[in-house]
Amino acid sequence: MRDWPLWEVFVRSRRGLSHVHVGSLHAPDAELALRNARDVYTRRQEGVSLWVVPSAEIVASEPGQSDAFFDPAADKIYRHPTFYDIPEGVEHL
Amino acid sequence: MFFEELLADDGRVEPRDEMPDAYRRLLVRQIAQHAHSEIIGMQPEGNWISRAPSLRRKAILMAKVQDEAGHGLYLYAAAETLGVDREDLLDQLHTGRQKYSSIFNYPTLTWADVGAIGWLVDGAAIVNQVPLCRCSYGPYGRAMVRVCKEESFHQRQGFEILHTLSHGTPAQQAMAQDAVDRYWWPALMMFGPPDADSPHSAQSMAWGIKRFSNDELRQRFIDMTVPQSEALGLSLPDPDLRWNEERGHYDSGAIDFTELTEVVSGRGPCNAQRMAHRVKAHEDGAWVREAASAYAAKQAAREGAA
Repeated sequence: MRDWPLWEVFVRSRRGLSHVHVGSLHAPDAELALRNARDVYTRRQEGVSLWVVPSAEIVASEPGQSDAFFDPAADKIYRHPTFYDIPEGVEHL
Repeated sequence: MFFEELLADDGRVEPRDEMPDAYRRLLVRQIAQHAHSEIIGMQPEGNWISRAPSLRRKAILMAKVQDEAGHGLYLYAAAETLGVDREDLLDQLHTGRQKYSSIFNYPTLTWADVGAIGWLVDGAAIVNQVPLCRCSYGPYGRAMVRVCKEESFHQRQGFEILHTLSHGTPAQQAMAQDAVDRYWWPALMMFGPPDADSPHSAQSMAWGIKRFSNDELRQRFIDMTVPQSEALGLSLPDPDLRWNEERGHYDSGAIDFTELTEVVSGRGPCNAQRMAHRVKAHEDGAWVREAASAYAAKQAAREGAA
């Protein structure tokens, strides 16, 4: 089991919603990962669809560099509707 | 059958579900044309980025045009979940086999047009798109949720531009009025032909893709927009526009749908210009795509060698 790869598990709780990450598990192959994910993460009908993805295949941003990485969005407050003054009483904007 | 039970129960269809071919085809067509509209829609406003009247307006406009590109990407990705290829969809756009919204074939003659597009065109788009968040196809609905959240700033910045102009000098006021006069009718045509002449509507509604008819959505837009025009101090170019107490809606004048047919058929003021620009942008960008692929191949070869 020490050699079994780690798998990330994603569950779609119901149709219409996207798959959401719920956790991870070890399994020797994709099929067992899927079966084990069902037993570990959906024992109470938490989902209608499961994805398992090898953790090693996930490319992630660096937490230590998140300030610099996401900084370009920080000073663009005009992307938010609340930035604009709308006269009193105007609706549906 | 599973698909019909799902729809009868107002459930959502997801990519791996079985679905009728005609449902898949209708969705591909609609989502692709929606995506094309977003990226072609960058052109009329992009035209004013270099001539925005202040740094503030310029930064806002760049952010908005960037959003439109993003919306196109969400939508192409949603279309791809149906088993089509993005390259093919772009090819169909470039060869005229798939269309985009007729509204983007109108020119942006003045700065006020940027305001009119934000207020009226994005306003109409929001009315169209909000019900699409509940579309029966999951990935399309989820893309629409993201798009609608972002559209709200687009509409407000347009309203703000017009509000500033309409409270400015007489020349600025006249410019704002002129833009609204030119964009009002094309904005109403964005909802499509009248229900009686809309052949695909019934099937689309039966499949839960469309939730309201063209005329219902058009009426909703008019009802929302008339009071806003009063707040702007601008008039709408329809002498028959008046509140109907009995109906609880505004009555409005007849729309000249021959204009819509003309523009959709490729004979609008800017059709040729928009397509030429799009194709050129795609061709001019080829070296970037090629360079990215070449770089990825080189890195992979290095890793293989190491």
